[in-house]
Formats: sequence, C-alpha cells, structure tokens
Amino acid sequence: MSLIIENLTVRHGAITAIDSLSFRVNERELAAVIGANGAGKTTLLRTLSGLNEPIGGSVTWHGESILHTKPEDLVRRGILHVSDGKTVIPELSVKENLALGGLWRKDKKDVVVATDEVIDLFPRLGERLTQSADTLSGGERQMLAIGRALISRPKLLLLDEPSLGLAPLIIDQIFQTLDSLRHKLGLTVVLVEQNAMSALGIADTGIIINLGKLVTVGKSNDLKSDPNLRAAYLGY
Amino acid sequence: MHKSRSIRLLVFIVIALAAFFLSNVVDELRVFQGASLSVYIVAIASIVLLTGYSGQISLGHGALMAIGGYSAVLAHNHWKVSIPISFAIAIVSTAFFGSILGWAAARLKGPYLAGTTLALAVGLPSLANQFSVLGGEQGLAFDVGAPPKSLGSDFTQYKWYFWICALAALIIVWITQNILTSRYGRQWRAMRSAPISASLSGIHIGRSKVLAFTISSGIAGLAGAMLVMTLNLVTPSAFPLSLSFAIVTGAVLAGVTNLGGGVIGALVLVAIPDIADLLAGKMGGAEKISANLPGFITSLILIVTVLLLPNGPKLSKLVSHKTK
Amino acid sequence: MRLFSTLLIGLSSGAIYSLMALALVLVWRSTRVVNFAQAGQAIASTYIGYLVISRTDNYWLALPVALVAGALIGALVDVALIRTLNKRVKSGPAAEMAPVIVTLGLLGLIRSTVGMIWGGDLKAYKAPVTNHGFTFGTTTIPFSPYNLLIVITAVIVMAVFSIIFQKTNLGLSLRAAAFQPEIARLAGVRVDLVRTIGWAFAGGAGAVAGVLVTPSNSLSPNSLDLLLVLGFVGAVIGGLESLLGAAIGGVVLGIGLAFILEYVSTSLAFPSAFIVLILVLLIKPSGILGKKGGRGA
Repeated sequence: MSLIIENLTVRHGAITAIDSLSFRVNERELAAVIGANGAGKTTLLRTLSGLNEPIGGSVTWHGESILHTKPEDLVRRGILHVSDGKTVIPELSVKENLALGGLWRKDKKDVVVATDEVIDLFPRLGERLTQSADTLSGGERQMLAIGRALISRPKLLLLDEPSLGLAPLIIDQIFQTLDSLRHKLGLTVVLVEQNAMSALGIADTGIIINLGKLVTVGKSNDLKSDPNLRAAYLGY
Repeated sequence: MHKSRSIRLLVFIVIALAAFFLSNVVDELRVFQGASLSVYIVAIASIVLLTGYSGQISLGHGALMAIGGYSAVLAHNHWKVSIPISFAIAIVSTAFFGSILGWAAARLKGPYLAGTTLALAVGLPSLANQFSVLGGEQGLAFDVGAPPKSLGSDFTQYKWYFWICALAALIIVWITQNILTSRYGRQWRAMRSAPISASLSGIHIGRSKVLAFTISSGIAGLAGAMLVMTLNLVTPSAFPLSLSFAIVTGAVLAGVTNLGGGVIGALVLVAIPDIADLLAGKMGGAEKISANLPGFITSLILIVTVLLLPNGPKLSKLVSHKTK
Repeated sequence: MRLFSTLLIGLSSGAIYSLMALALVLVWRSTRVVNFAQAGQAIASTYIGYLVISRTDNYWLALPVALVAGALIGALVDVALIRTLNKRVKSGPAAEMAPVIVTLGLLGLIRSTVGMIWGGDLKAYKAPVTNHGFTFGTTTIPFSPYNLLIVITAVIVMAVFSIIFQKTNLGLSLRAAAFQPEIARLAGVRVDLVRTIGWAFAGGAGAVAGVLVTPSNSLSPNSLDLLLVLGFVGAVIGGLESLLGAAIGGVVLGIGLAFILEYVSTSLAFPSAFIVLILVLLIKPSGILGKKGGRGA
C-alpha cells in the first residue's frame, strides 16, 4: 500500500525532464523531493497528477496504475495536487474556491464538516469567505489551496513548493500545519521543495533529484547530516 | 541571388507565353476561368503577404476588393481613364484605406483582428446600397471596351479580359515575390517567428505591420478591379462574405506562406464550381443544391485542411525554404 | 416622446445583440475562441424553429424547440470539431489562427447546408403578437408589443443564466473552468464536459437571439450575419470576458444605433457600429467593465 514509481520518463519536446526515475513512498509517509530549479520536480508532480503524459515507466498507488488518467479522475481517487505557488482562482471568492473542493463529492454532509474543519484550521480564511481570492496574501492563498484540497478528503497529497515566495515566518507556520495535518489525517504526502532544510525537517524520506535523474533516497535525518549532499544539493 | 532572380524572370516569361498560347486553344469557358484564376491568384497573394509573412489575419479582404472594384469603376466612368490607370487608382485607393485600417489592425491581435475584419466583410459591401453614386443594388456598369482591332476579328471579349488579368497577375506575383524576398519580407518573417528579438534588433514592429497591411490591401484592391472587369459591372453582391471565405481557403490551401502554393489554391477555387455542378447534377440538380454546393465544398476544404495540415502542406514548406 | 420611443426601440434591438454577445462571450471564456460559427449555429436553430412554426403556427413552441436545437448544435460543434482541433493543433504559428479559420469554415458549412435544405428564398416568420406600435391617444410609437416581448424574453433568458452562473454548482464549475482550467481540473472539475455545457448554453442563447430577431426581418441562410457582427461589437464593448458586460454592451450598442438611425441617417448604422468597435478596441481594449488593459491572444 504505497506510491511506487518505476522508470518514469517524461519528455518536453527534445528535453528529457524526468529520466528513468524510480522511488517509493510508503503510506502515511511524507517524502520530500529536493532539487535545484530545472531538476524536474514540478514535472514529476504534474505527471503524478495526470497533467503531463509520460513516455515510459509506471506509477502505481495502492497497487493500481495512475498514469494516463485525467487529473479530475485522480481527484476522485483521493490524489490531490496543490500546484506550484499559491494556486487559487482569483476571480472567485474564497468561499467558492473552497466549494470547488467538494463539488464532485457525493457525501454533501461530509463536505460541510470538512469545510468547517478547514475554517477551524485556517481562521483567516473564515474571516474572508466572501472576499475575492484576488485580495488574499501569499500565505493566505497557500492556506486556501491546501484547504480546498482537504475538503476533497485526500489520501495522497502532492504539494508543489508551498514555501515559494512566502516570508520565513509564514513558511514555518505552513510546514508545522502540514506536519500536524498529515499525522492527524493519515495522509501520504509528496512534497516538492527547493527549501530543503524546512522540507527535510518534517519529512520521513528525502529524495534528491538532479536533471531528471535520481541522486539519492534516504531517511531525511541521514540526508540532512550528509556533508557531501549538503554541499552539492541542499544548499546549507 | 541575382542568378536566381533571372531564372525566376525566365520562369515568369515561360508561364506568360504558355498562358497566352493556351488561351488560343481552349474554349470560351476555360478562358473565362483563366481570368478568374488570375483574380484569385492576386487575391491569395495579398493574404499570403499579410498572414503568411506579417502574421496578421484578415477575414475582410472581400471588402477591400470591393473598395478596389468600386474605385476602378468610378475612375473609369467619371474620368474616362484607361484600364491600367483605373487599376492603378484601385490599388492606390485601397492601399490608402488599408493603411488606415492597418494602423488600427497593428494594435489588435488574433481573434479581435479577425472579428473586426469579418465585420468589415459583412457590412462594407452593403454600404454601397446606401449611396446613389455607387448605383445601389443594381451597381454600376463597367465597360472596358472591345479588344483592340489589331488582335484580329476573332479575338473575343473574354480572351481580352483574360489577357489583361493574366498580365496583371503575373506582374503582381512578380512584384510580391520580390517584396517577400526583400528586406521587408525578411523583417516580417522575423517579426512573426520571434517578435521580441525582432524588435530588439531594431525592427519597428508597428510600422512594419502597417506597411504589410497597406501593401496587402493594394493588391486586394487590384484583385477587386480585375474581378469587376470580368463581370462587366460592380455590385455589392459581387463581394459576398463567401468571397472572403474563398480567398482565405485558397491561402490556407497554399500553406499561407507560399505564393506558388497560391496558384494551386486558386486552381482549386476555380475548379470548385465545376465539381459542384457535377455533384449537383448527380444529386438531382435542384437549384438550392447547385447554388449552395460550391460554398459547402469550399468550407469543407477549409476545415479539413486546417484539421489535417494546421501548419500548411509539407510541399509548400520545401518550396518556401528554397526561395529564402 | 420620440426620444423615449427611440430609447425603447434601441432597448429591444439591444436585447437581441446582448443575447448574441452573451453567446460569443460564453464560448470565448471557456475555450478562448471567438466563435464565428455562432451565426451559423443560430441560423440552423432558427430554421428548425421555422419548421415548427410553419407546421403548427405556434411561435411559443418554435422558441423552445430552437433553443434546445441550438444547445444541441453547440454541444455537437464542441465535441466533434473543437476538441479535435485542440488535440491536433497545440502550438506553432497555426495555434492562434486555426480556431478562427475553423469556426469561419463552419459558418460557411452550416450556411450552405441550410441553403441546400431550405433554399435561399426569404421565409416569413410570424410574430406571436403584433408588430404594430403601441398607441397612446392619437400617437403611435414604433415600439410594439412584439418589441416588448423581445425585451421580456431576453431578460428572462439572462436572468436564468445569471442564476445558473452565480447560484448553482454547475455555474461554479463553469466559471472555474473558464477562468483557470488547470486549477479547476486539479480540484476535480470535469473541464471538458463543463466546456461542452458552456457551448450548449451559448448555442441556446444564439438560437433565442435568432428566433427573436427574425420576425422583424425575414429568414434566409445569411440573415443572421449582421447579428453576429453586432453581437461581436456588443461583446467587445463589454470586454469579451464578462457576461454582464456582454448584456450591457449589447444594450448600449442597440440604443446607440437606434439614436443614430432615428436622428442622423439610416445609412450610418453599420459604419457607426464599426467605428465604435475600432474605437473601443483602441482606447479601452478591456471593454467598459474591464479592469486590466492589453488584448493578448
């Protein structure tokens, strides 16, 4: 019962963005995918969520392939991708952005419960329900994007650079929230980050990739203390 | 470069001789179709220059042709000028209108420009109904006179039209080809494929686009003048929306970037009514079928070409590379 | 009185332009295509309405039949043509041009198909109520019960649209898919399906515009071409992105043209509409309701 990626290869035209990448993430684990700009992190997540088509390899979740499936179908299987930056729909209100997460769900009672939970978790969103999402700060947008995913009751959460463009204090908050959430809800998380220190701080496993290839996989504590890796990839 | 230019000149002369020889051996209908072919070649050339090179779209070239047609007729009827002069007036007046339109068009992109030019195609020709000087629905007669006696007594009117149109088409294609391989042609191509680097390398994009629109309009104006000459009169209904559609279809068939392909596009457009007649006969020959089948076939070709070959036929790509 | 009656006439024709503008905006927002075939889809629907009216003499049956036909045609166009196009033409110089040319081709295709079925002669389309103006005392104004009916029908259609868009889950999906298709997809919205529904709504709106405008003119395969152009102008005045803008833009255009026709000259209606189009595009490209400048693709 886990996310298993084997020999995944993705191309953008002539460029091989992901090159025979293999790793696995156990259920209820948080895996941090670390790498520089252009390492293929975002492409990896976009492929896992169905936005990009791979040219080879396999990805299974709970033993079933999730490749060549539309993102909206993967959502219905509990795979939620919060794409890079603070992706909310600025033309819609905060309330409407949250509502999107529950639109497809049959259990409308639970949608109400989940929405209340999200508002308890992020009271700032509750204060701004009728405002347009355009008026939110970067941190609030990130909360909204995660909140919307939570209303879909995810099993596997794919997070792309939640720290991007946020102040350090807000980054800490987001990561702490994430850490407690995933334990409370039993989420499996693939977290893509450039901010290696924060990400490895809450991750069980670290996956370092460079130019689309796997560099190393290991316990995040081991990776953090490896001097070679620190110099070459982690940047601290 | 000079060598290829002289070869090209030679090719043009051979085509001209062949065309004039052909006009003596085929029947009247084919001669008339030859004149239509010339009109379409010129009209398609104006789109190739505009869309294929400067990257601006126009669905309204039928309206520009109407301006050229009316200008030629008015000049001919009021000032009694000769055919070449009335054609030149058609070119200049349409180019002038085109420069104003082009000034606005250079600021619009894609669908906005398409919608604006489509509006022109729908509205402008019918405007002629409102002004008595333009002859309203009946239009104005356009009599360029009988062929010169020196050509012989069996030289028909249609053959005369064909000679004029074919000569005009050859000259205009020759000039257009030279414009396209000139500095301006290269600028337009650069601007179309990489607008930012083109502007960094000193090309004034706005001005360059307006120039393209102006030249293209002038060429379309000539096509309009040629068209009304073959019809003997100019009326609003000579420039229906379907004319604009047909020109775009011809250009799309040509791959939009290639004048030689334009000849093929024009051939198809001329052949469509014949094919439609043939099919309509098989389908029972009802008037409503035969009247609408040409439009149906043209539209179908347009859609299928874009779906199957969105970037134009491969063949024309090869040719256009050679002429660079 | 003349002023007031011109205003009413403008409101009535503007209501029709608004519906056409709405149809164009619905498709533009969801697919980034200005659907020139809208005039074709509307004319086909109006002819289907004509079939009903010529057999039953019942305008009130023809209108909903045309509406449903328009919606089905709209959905069919998206599924059969636009999806194929988007799959085949993803990038390159053709990507911007291709949708324009394909919808143009479709307009030609539908017009000639309609011509082959019903012929090119003008058909009469009887209005359900009189087209003779209201009489107050001794004066009769041009505004007729039929004009009033046009306004009421258009208002009802727009009210239904705004309720669907603002108050229902389908409306939320439609808006999300139009604004940010990728994010909507990641939130679980079936964007392809929702887009087709958008095309169906647009087809319905265009059909209603066609059925409403036809009794005042007559029906022929190209009798809605001008409506397409005026709808486009209305949509551009409203900014092309906004449904409310389309409604307002159409009415503004209708009233403006009515005043020019009444007080200046009948020959200036089209040139004025065209000049308004160019001026709006050059001066306020985002439309009267728009905030941001710049008209990209």
